Amino acid sequence: MAADLVFYFFSVIVVGAALGVIVSRNQVHSVLFLILAFFNTAGLFVLLQAEFLAALLVIVYMGAVAVLFLFVVMMLDVDFEELRRGAMQHLPMGIAVGAVLLVEFIFILNGVHVDGPAQAAGVPVTNTMAIGQLMYTRFLFPFEIASLILLVALIGAVVLTLRKRKGVKRQDISSQIARTREEAVKLVQVASGEGAKP
Amino acid sequence: MSLHHFLVLSAILFTIGIVGIFLNRRNMIIILMSIELILLAVNINFVAFSHYLGDVSGQIFTFFVMTVAAAEAAIGLAILVAFFRNRSTIDVEEIDSLKG
Repeated sequence: MAADLVFYFFSVIVVGAALGVIVSRNQVHSVLFLILAFFNTAGLFVLLQAEFLAALLVIVYMGAVAVLFLFVVMMLDVDFEELRRGAMQHLPMGIAVGAVLLVEFIFILNGVHVDGPAQAAGVPVTNTMAIGQLMYTRFLFPFEIASLILLVALIGAVVLTLRKRKGVKRQDISSQIARTREEAVKLVQVASGEGAKP
Repeated sequence: MSLHHFLVLSAILFTIGIVGIFLNRRNMIIILMSIELILLAVNINFVAFSHYLGDVSGQIFTFFVMTVAAAEAAIGLAILVAFFRNRSTIDVEEIDSLKG
């Protein structure tokens, strides 16, 4: 019963925050609503005894992805009001598609029947341990591929946003090292009383 | 609190994500955030099934979904920043240089 209350508490906040993400006028508020939705979903994961994923959601999503969004929103100098203009003409279409989708989901859900929480076979272990035991044995190869995907994303993001500015004085180490004595120094014999001539 | 509760919640969240894409068709940042919402709905489904079927594999898949979502957000925002630098707008209807 208490679990029911906790579930409704979290899910109402999740749905409200998700609505806030898509209707809020201010972009920064949208990102903050997104963070709220993530946090309450983490609460739902704890309710489902997936503690490790709840921690991951808080650390990775709220700590990294949402903050990344926040950085970009604050960095770009865009007139967001201008972008919202004409949004209302898409509203009926969006509502129609959403309603159809939701009705279809409900129909599908009527066919799903699963008996209460099943106990995992074998000795009881903590959630993190169970994930680790599976991830480093059966899912080892996908796990390695996931790390490669992250590496590609890392390098891709750097390559996409890196730029060389024109007209900025900067140190060019390779050309410094490539200098030889012949092109850098000239010996001049200066006659007495005449001074050096260019 | 049964499996259906979580499935309905995730269906609602998914639908909100889709409606968000329709509603903010010109703002690319909100579209990316709606995609994050959709992936969150998928994650809730995975974890709920994993709990009610007593199989941890679902949680591992959630882990992979999170990996892909993080990569997608990073690349998407990098493309967005690069585009904004060139065209000074993030209007999706302006992103038509390829005439696709």
